[in-house]
Amino acid sequence: MSTPAEVSAEIEKLTEIKKHSRPIMAIVILFGGVVALLFSIGLSISFGAADIKLATVWTAVFNFNPDLTPHQIIREIRMPRVLGAAMVGSCFAVAGAIMQGMTRNPLADSGLLGLNAGAAFMLALCFAFSPGLPYMFLIMYSFLGAGLGAGIVYGIGSMSRGGLTPMRLVLAGAAVSALLGALSEGIALYFRIGQDLAFWYAGGVSGTKWIHLQVMSPWILAAMIGAVILSRSITLLSLGNEVAIGLGQKTKTIKVFGMLIVLILAGAAVSVVGAVGFVGLIVPHLTRLLVGHDYRWIIPCSIVIGGLLVVLADLGARMINPPYETPIGALIALIGVPFFLYLARKGGKEL
Amino acid sequence: MSILKVDQVAIGYSNALIIDDLSVSIPEKKITTIIGPNGCGKSTLLKAISRVLKTKSGAVYLDGRAIHQLQTKEVAKKMAILPQSAEAPAGLTVFELVSYGRFPHQSGFGSLKKEDYEYIYWALDVTGLMEFKDRSIEALSGGQRQRVWIAMALAQGTEILILDEPTTYLDLAHQLDILLLLQRLNEEEGRTIVMVLHDLNHASRFSDYMIAMKDGALMMEGTPEEVMTCLNLQSVFNIDASIATCPFSKNPICLSYQLFQKNK
Repeated sequence: MSTPAEVSAEIEKLTEIKKHSRPIMAIVILFGGVVALLFSIGLSISFGAADIKLATVWTAVFNFNPDLTPHQIIREIRMPRVLGAAMVGSCFAVAGAIMQGMTRNPLADSGLLGLNAGAAFMLALCFAFSPGLPYMFLIMYSFLGAGLGAGIVYGIGSMSRGGLTPMRLVLAGAAVSALLGALSEGIALYFRIGQDLAFWYAGGVSGTKWIHLQVMSPWILAAMIGAVILSRSITLLSLGNEVAIGLGQKTKTIKVFGMLIVLILAGAAVSVVGAVGFVGLIVPHLTRLLVGHDYRWIIPCSIVIGGLLVVLADLGARMINPPYETPIGALIALIGVPFFLYLARKGGKEL
Repeated sequence: MSILKVDQVAIGYSNALIIDDLSVSIPEKKITTIIGPNGCGKSTLLKAISRVLKTKSGAVYLDGRAIHQLQTKEVAKKMAILPQSAEAPAGLTVFELVSYGRFPHQSGFGSLKKEDYEYIYWALDVTGLMEFKDRSIEALSGGQRQRVWIAMALAQGTEILILDEPTTYLDLAHQLDILLLLQRLNEEEGRTIVMVLHDLNHASRFSDYMIAMKDGALMMEGTPEEVMTCLNLQSVFNIDASIATCPFSKNPICLSYQLFQKNK
């Protein structure tokens, strides 16, 4: 049996070549993705009821002139909306990536597992009992709601004999989402707040204001930094709980922090855009396909691709049938549902 | 010399106690195998030894120190575990999985250093996986996959290896292949190996020390000659065994067996 030192000589040149193969792909995705994201944001800002050129978008952002109407439109209506879409997409995508990694459940998504419905339900309660609650408090109720949804789904899922399988969790998630959705609608009818809630159900970013972005940004920034810090531990957890323990990981601590990050991301996203599902399902799978299984790359790439997906979905939603807006939730479900069926067909045990 | 000491432990899930008041010592630099019928608690014991399960009372001592009081990362530098039917995430390559074995030795964001590469390539070399290192694990056969997990545990560079049924689901040749690899690691590198095996003859042939369990209790422990007797197999497995000598290892083997008739 050869010693580590003996094989080291022959491997030296091998490692130099192999070391960088996957990271190169990830870096390409990150840079290409950021460029694509910026371009889509620009394109999305320029597109709308009032025709605005890309060049005007540029000057409105970097050389703002409050006397020009197009500049006003861009600054006050379109920019928050599109930036909101990008942030929301990143949130859902990273929340999904963390959930999939931590639970080894390929069907994990904040929409499918009841987090989004929980957050939306809590928002409905807020609208009913405390109308006019400032957004900075609303968002916190949204985090709580996401936790409530997740708690009920995991509670129901773990009651079943034979433990938590991906499929059982998704079934529990669907049932709980349906229940919470019905309750939210009941509340909306009873308290006559259907108008206020409508855009949450539809899943649209049209109501996004600067104040929303201001309030949610620090939360999201902190959660994203946390996600990147946890990324390596999430890779280990994705090998299985026992393997992770064997490798010396504090699995419980990681799971608690991971879950908190997921609740913040999903809650923040729902508080702006409503219960949009499938972003967290599609994006991590796509990313994994492109950059491999290392969450140190999956999470940053999911931030970029998630943002890109929702910005494009929002742009598409406005282009399909102008001047009306198609709900982006519906548009994303159009890709998400077949994708979900495909994953479910594989038996849901591929992670 | 015992490297691992199980002292009066009680272990269980939620309310059900599976093991109550069990004490056993694992000898250093030897191969120790735990045998016993299904549901006797052998995997549970292994999980307690490897700190995956917390003991309800009593303690497991690694080098004389209670394992639950040690930093888990420090334990991971001394002890590697291979759980029962471990499954790799889709798309992971052999090299990537084996490289995660270096986790306990890394800090920060965890880029691989020269020493890490040395261990990884050595582990790939020993397990004969060098040519597969860039393959996706799901594209490998069952025997090769098991080797990948063992390679990961080896890359961890620990004195102790703990394996839960490393040969399950493998065909005869691949089973032997894995066990011979473990034997080689024990003989040439002095690694302490603790495992659960279902196949009594494999256990007898490859172990220095055997531990037999039944209903969560320790029935007997000792060398294969001491444990693999007609009487012992009757009390542990409730079988009427015909014991012969292995032509290869000269250890006792169970040639064939039948069940005892009830109420005879």
